[in-house]
Amino acid sequence: MSTDTAQRSIRCLVAKVGLDGHDRGAHVIARAFRDAGFEVIYSGLHRAPEEIVQAAVQEDVDVLGISILSGAHNTLVPKVIEGLKEYDAFEDTLIIVGGIVPEDDRQKLKSLGVAEIFGPGTPMEETIEFVRENAPERP
Amino acid sequence: MSEVDHDELVSALLAGKHRALARAITKIENRSPGYRELVSNLHRHTGTASVVGITGSPGAGKSTLVDKLAKHYRDRGETVGVIAVDPSSPYTGGAVLGDRIRMASNVGDMDVFFRSMSARGQLGGLSTATADAVKALDAFGKDRILIETVGAGQSEVDIVKTADTVVVLVQPGSGDDVQMLKAGILEIGDIFVVNKADMSGAAKTVADLEEMIHMRDNPTHGLQTGHHGFEIPDHPDTADPAEENDRWEPPVVETIATAGDGLDELLDVLSAHREHLETTGGLDRNARIRAAEEIRQHLRSDAATLLEEEIDRHGGIDALAERVADRETDPYTIADEILDPIREAIGTRSDRQE
Repeated sequence: MSTDTAQRSIRCLVAKVGLDGHDRGAHVIARAFRDAGFEVIYSGLHRAPEEIVQAAVQEDVDVLGISILSGAHNTLVPKVIEGLKEYDAFEDTLIIVGGIVPEDDRQKLKSLGVAEIFGPGTPMEETIEFVRENAPERP
Repeated sequence: MSEVDHDELVSALLAGKHRALARAITKIENRSPGYRELVSNLHRHTGTASVVGITGSPGAGKSTLVDKLAKHYRDRGETVGVIAVDPSSPYTGGAVLGDRIRMASNVGDMDVFFRSMSARGQLGGLSTATADAVKALDAFGKDRILIETVGAGQSEVDIVKTADTVVVLVQPGSGDDVQMLKAGILEIGDIFVVNKADMSGAAKTVADLEEMIHMRDNPTHGLQTGHHGFEIPDHPDTADPAEENDRWEPPVVETIATAGDGLDELLDVLSAHREHLETTGGLDRNARIRAAEEIRQHLRSDAATLLEEEIDRHGGIDALAERVADRETDPYTIADEILDPIREAIGTRSDRQE
């Protein structure tokens, strides 16, 4: 294979923010994304919003998937979004949230810039399809 | 990508915008249109960073050590760039890049720029991409650049060649001498680190390594048994006494990366190697070797692309292969058919120049 052929691969950061230690879902998603041919960067557990921002900016990911099961999404997600804006990384990053988010909060998160929220029981194909269709086109 | 976007990206990168650096590396990785001009523009701004490659088998503790080294450099006020290369699945092309998890000491510190790269199943291309990404970090102004890669196989060896200093990480009990030779890691290491030195078998691994390094540098050592009438000739490499002084005997350092033990010693030998390179002119010599290798690599890959196009113009490789299989023609004839016009073009050009 020539080294000069353009090689595009969707890059995702799968992030666990805050104090909740439930990472089974994040692991399953990371594996499913990998098997879908994406490049997945996994943050590890108990990350602060600044760390997620640092990783998303430096890794130049197309997709940021935040997994929150602690109920702290209303505090943590805005902090991440603020940080991304600070580094001009908000506009061209697809932000999705996985976890248990009450209906009222879903609208709030979406108005902040979260593209979609995937609750428990979402089929894996649905999430992958969503990412494929909505991952930002990069020049 | 337009010329203007390009210049903008380069100037934003040179101005220290993290996002621009990240985007530049993405372009390099994706081989997006215009990445060559990008790297060309960056090249003249490079040459100030000190580059260390760290390689070793999975689980040897590379990421942890990189984290600790980065922390140390940061404490000294230096900026750090890290490129961590992980394998990707040969089936789906997907990858889980997990080296970031270990970067616990540099949380939220933007002056440690950590970037994960995957192999993406490309042959040879990864070392080019890594070398180009190092250039981007260098041009950005990083003082220290660490490249981390699994030490197995040719492409990994090529990757660490981008570094001025190569550190090979070994864990205790990682097999007998033969395993080490087979991996081919002995030839590329400037410094060997036996990590997890608190594990049993560490002392033996250190001894094994030291013996093998000595053998590598002095193959006839131990054969001078004093028999009269039989003289071992000087090894050609060691004949010149001046060169003898220029030689670097790779030290073996013991560390416990998780606790930070042995880190000071490692930092000492790292700067000793750097100093050695500077005083012996090795730094410049290596830079020239690398440049030559890069030129060859680009020529090879560009020529390969050109030839692929020619093959397509001749009806595609499958059709050609079928003709060979049917004994209509043979591989040599086809190669000549495809190459002759190119040879002619080169021929006419050199005629004209004469």
